[in-house]
Amino acid sequence: MRPAVRRLWALCRKESFQIVRDPSSILIAFVLPVMLLFIYGYGINLDASRLHVGIVLESDSADAQSFTQALYGSPYIDPVRSHDRRVMLRRLDQGEVRAVVIVPPDFSRRLAQGQTALEVLTDGAEPNTANFAASYLQNVWLTWQQQRARDSGRPATAPITLTPRYWFNPSTVSRNYLVPGSIAVIMTIIGALLTSLVIAREWEHGTMEALLSTPVTRFELLLSKILPYYLLGICAMLLCVLVARFLMQVPFHGSIVVLFAVSSLFLGSALGLGLLLSSATRNQFLAAQAALTAAFLPAIMLSGFVFEIASMPAPVRAVTYLIPARYFVSALQTLFQAGTLWPVLLPDLLFLLLSAVFWLGLTARQSARRLD
Amino acid sequence: MWHRLLTLIVKELQALLRTTQGRRMLIMPVVIQLAVFPFAATLEVKNATLAIYDQDQGAASIELTQRLGAGSAFTRLLVVHDEAGLKRAIDEKRALLALRFAPDFSRRVESGQPADIQAIIDGRRSNSAQIAFSYVGHVVDDYALERGNGNGSASQIAVRNLYNPDLEYRWFVLPCLIAIITTVGCLIVTALSLAREREEGTFEQLLVSPLTPAYIMAGKAAPAILVAMVQATLIAAAAVWIFHVPMRGPIWLLYLGMLCYSVSLIGFGLFISALCSTQQQAFLGVFCFMAPAVILSGYMAPVENMPPVLQWVSAADPLTHFIIIVKGVFLKNYDFALAWPELWPLLLIAAITLALAYGMFRRHSA
Amino acid sequence: MDTEFAIRADGLEKRFPGAGPAAIAGIDLRLRRGLITGLAGPDGAGKTTLLRLCAGLLGASGGTLAVEGHDPGIDAARLHDIIGYMPQKFGLYEDLTVLENLELYADLRQIIGTDRRERFDRLLDFTDLERFTSRAAGKLSGGMKQKLGLACALLGTPRVLLLDEPSVGVDPISRRELWSMVKTLAHDGMTVLWSTSYLDEAEACDEVCLMHAGRIAYAGPPQTLMGRMEGRSVQIRDIEGSRRQLLQRIQRRDDIIDAVIQGRQLRLVLAAGAALPDPGELGAGTQARVVPVAPRLEDAFIDLAGAVRHESQLAARLTVRPLPDGVDDGAVIEAQALTRRFGDFVATDHIDFRVARGEIFGLLGPNGAGKSTTFKMMCGLLAPSAGRAQVMGLDLQKSPSRARQQIGYMAQKFSLYGQLNILQNLRFFSGVYGLSGRRQRERIAEMVDIFSFGDYLEQDAGQLPLGIKQRLALACALMHAPGILFLDEPTSGVDPATRREFWSHINGLVDKGVTVMVTTHFMDEAEYCDRIGLVYRGRMIASGTPDALKQLAATADMPDPGMEAAFIRLIENDDSARRPA
Repeated sequence: MRPAVRRLWALCRKESFQIVRDPSSILIAFVLPVMLLFIYGYGINLDASRLHVGIVLESDSADAQSFTQALYGSPYIDPVRSHDRRVMLRRLDQGEVRAVVIVPPDFSRRLAQGQTALEVLTDGAEPNTANFAASYLQNVWLTWQQQRARDSGRPATAPITLTPRYWFNPSTVSRNYLVPGSIAVIMTIIGALLTSLVIAREWEHGTMEALLSTPVTRFELLLSKILPYYLLGICAMLLCVLVARFLMQVPFHGSIVVLFAVSSLFLGSALGLGLLLSSATRNQFLAAQAALTAAFLPAIMLSGFVFEIASMPAPVRAVTYLIPARYFVSALQTLFQAGTLWPVLLPDLLFLLLSAVFWLGLTARQSARRLD
Repeated sequence: MWHRLLTLIVKELQALLRTTQGRRMLIMPVVIQLAVFPFAATLEVKNATLAIYDQDQGAASIELTQRLGAGSAFTRLLVVHDEAGLKRAIDEKRALLALRFAPDFSRRVESGQPADIQAIIDGRRSNSAQIAFSYVGHVVDDYALERGNGNGSASQIAVRNLYNPDLEYRWFVLPCLIAIITTVGCLIVTALSLAREREEGTFEQLLVSPLTPAYIMAGKAAPAILVAMVQATLIAAAAVWIFHVPMRGPIWLLYLGMLCYSVSLIGFGLFISALCSTQQQAFLGVFCFMAPAVILSGYMAPVENMPPVLQWVSAADPLTHFIIIVKGVFLKNYDFALAWPELWPLLLIAAITLALAYGMFRRHSA
Repeated sequence: MDTEFAIRADGLEKRFPGAGPAAIAGIDLRLRRGLITGLAGPDGAGKTTLLRLCAGLLGASGGTLAVEGHDPGIDAARLHDIIGYMPQKFGLYEDLTVLENLELYADLRQIIGTDRRERFDRLLDFTDLERFTSRAAGKLSGGMKQKLGLACALLGTPRVLLLDEPSVGVDPISRRELWSMVKTLAHDGMTVLWSTSYLDEAEACDEVCLMHAGRIAYAGPPQTLMGRMEGRSVQIRDIEGSRRQLLQRIQRRDDIIDAVIQGRQLRLVLAAGAALPDPGELGAGTQARVVPVAPRLEDAFIDLAGAVRHESQLAARLTVRPLPDGVDDGAVIEAQALTRRFGDFVATDHIDFRVARGEIFGLLGPNGAGKSTTFKMMCGLLAPSAGRAQVMGLDLQKSPSRARQQIGYMAQKFSLYGQLNILQNLRFFSGVYGLSGRRQRERIAEMVDIFSFGDYLEQDAGQLPLGIKQRLALACALMHAPGILFLDEPTSGVDPATRREFWSHINGLVDKGVTVMVTTHFMDEAEYCDRIGLVYRGRMIASGTPDALKQLAATADMPDPGMEAAFIRLIENDDSARRPA
């Protein structure tokens, strides 16, 4: 074995021992990802599948009864009934119901005269849910009216229906697109948060001094930090994909090879960023703080994982272009749900490559061979 | 003994605030997150692209297309001329949503027959696509109703959004932000300051002093509460004066909630730091607590959509209760009676975690 | 290539940007091949900077430096093949085992095949670490870590070995072992540069280089320097009355530049040209004799650096409360059958001792012998598994708060709040012990005055020089005028002058009736104690006055052992007493 190779091998071995023996790195690499995957997968359900909706029945007419039946029939609504408006409004205050449907005493008369017959109050403190509630109720209302018209034999107003067809995620389970996105967040944690500590740790413990007084070169030192954590990241990635695919039943349509390439490139930039912070601060506490702000928060907020990038104001949108997680999320979502779509993947790969080269290059420049 | 407690608190605050680094650690997250969160964290759909494949080119389809383009949701319309173009538009994420009007669409609408528009939704982004879809639904329904009203028969429903009439997403985000940012501040201050004292050996100095464990814990708790209060005040001020979020409830209730919440967090923070021996472990511990606590708090998605097990976890999460209180005070004109169902769980959580932390503390110190 | 000198520096200088004056400047140094050179000097003198420059870890700001013919700034790569460097914290990976640490450094230095096996065998044998090869380095005692660190530095069979304070926090036995190892190496032709703040260590080196404030104050054989002191070092024996008060009187005299306590005796260094003092005139009593003794390097250092005229104002201004009623004068601190188990391991086993009012009691013992465990139980940091720990008649378990109010505690490494400045630290510690209002303000002003903190008041405690830190730690421990003082390795790493100042305070306090309990690894310090308890393998194997312990260890071939020799002998005796059983 050539001396340089042997040195690299020895350093990698040392780094791996340290990883394996530190309970906190195992926790971060294997336990936290699975936990986060499940929590993201099952904890966030944006589809608002069964909303609690309060019904205040102030009318006993047959029409009112019939409409109530229609509400009970909707798969999206979990109705709660009451006769007292105040009771229901208080429950709305407390967030126990997300919307209240008020069926007024003169419901049948208003209906017959074509006036506004129904009042719907939503909980605007939860705008997303309020939107969903309003449109579900609107739907039930329209369907019910058409049904009623048909039943009574009157010509119905020409309905224009909007038929949704879901591509890629036919059952519209939010898990299916949240899980790939959360994998990107998890990889950021492993790549940047964990590595932000490793070089700083060597400085703090005085081992860096001992290493630097041996024939080790700067690149060997850097590579020995990158390779084991890269391997750890890929293992965690594999674990995430397996858990997602087989335990959580998230479909995977893309190519494994491309997934591997995308993850490798992303890990490249995440590791680069983490190591850069670590060697720049030489202080574990500061580095971890910085990694949290520079890597983790953007990965959650600005990657398009939960929040739509297009809806952000232009300056914020401009910033998202600099964030590697953005491309990783996009590539993962495409690979999982759509398959190997090159028109999407190619630009993502290209940007990830650029950012990996950028961050790793900066780290290589930054890492010192001396103490001053 | 009051003087000793005061001494502890003053020392803690000095340790926090004396260095630029320490001050930055408390203020920067607030500033950065205030600058990014309210703009980035939005589930509204704006500036999206709608792909239209109009096989009809009739009056009704053109009218609908124009109406759709007029709103703020879709600022760009991408007109495609064949199936392949449609597929590309969605595949390559050039459009969030695509609509296909069948060749006989306008004819059927004119003749009063049921007509159908096909909407193709990108399942990769199903949440925003669904929101966009429901927006399209509104426009189509309105259009249909208008046409129907010409015949004079259909009755409508009136939707009113209480507390937040225009469904401003920021009105929702900023109160939540108070809860989330103070969580980080409060936990970091308690968990890390204790871990640092252990690393530096000053913890032993405290233990050999006449202070009892309860005092030492109180000494750690008070600065954390103060930090949380100051951060909360900053964000609340920004919310009211910069982002114009209404503040309808009494402000004292906000502070009361903040107090109960930070006490319950301190229980967690002390508990975490009792398990850790280094700052690094404490930091990772705080992180492992934070991530699930935020996700399961109901901030990102309604609690009732979670499976029962996670709903229980959510009930034990102090953030869940505090978010309800903050939103209540800001938007819903909460009074004490309304807040109480959320306050007592906070106090219960605080009692349990503080008792646990006290137990661990005593074991460590004697 | 230089044939005579392994390290050669001319006008070497190092400045750190934005850090005020140069860390070291004008260093001219010649290090002879195959010798051990002691690099001695107080904290902050620039020892570490010089070593790091030699190791190529720092770049020089001026002058030239050649290590075995290589300029470390340019030729660091080639240099690293021929040097061994052991940094202050030994440079070990704590979660790797002994063998894994060795393997790592062997791989880094391309030591393979049979050569590797031979070297491992030799080094493990040399360091006596064979039995522990599979133990994690973090779980080793301080002495073993130090030996492992040395073994790692030696793997490449370096031509130059650089050791940065290898003996801080290490017990006398390990120090002696380390010393004999390094001695063997130097005989084989290795050049050793050994930095230390302890002059007795430097004294044993072939050459010394004394540094002071970034410059070299002396370089050459220690004997030359000590030779200058011939006839100026004396001991006063058979003193009547308090030797501490005698010490205070002597410290005021101009003809004596240094005085320290050695058991019952006092050791003096006379000013140049001063006549032998008359014991009667000194007030040492009629029986007292003045006996010339061999000079030490420390004497020479004091002579070079200038005498420390220090008189403790602390004792004069401190009011010590009388003992509470009913407290036995002879048992202010008391341990009764004190036992602590960690799982199956018995850390301390039925330890008994009593410390009387106004006494200094020293707790000595090798690393890991149970000394710290005992100490922690005595100040209430650890609950005993059996037995009792009492101060002023109060059980530390039953009434912890009241007992702790009586105690002043100065931790190892001077645990202060590093982010707080001196004033804030003083305010904090006084407040915690219940001082407030005017009393607190006066007390702080008094401490600032006594310890002359004036110039440093606004500086963060973490940034203070070690000596000031030590003073501050003492001031903080004394804020509430405690009757009992616990000192845990109070002078670890500080230079002779600061050590003397520190002990002048302690002596003053003891005279006023404060009771002191101290742990230490340094035998000079042990000499200050009235009584010593030697802890080994969890038991108290010997106790008594320093002189009594020395007597206990005396044999035919060593009739008058020093404290360190006595320490080692007593422990060896205990080992051999166990072996036959």
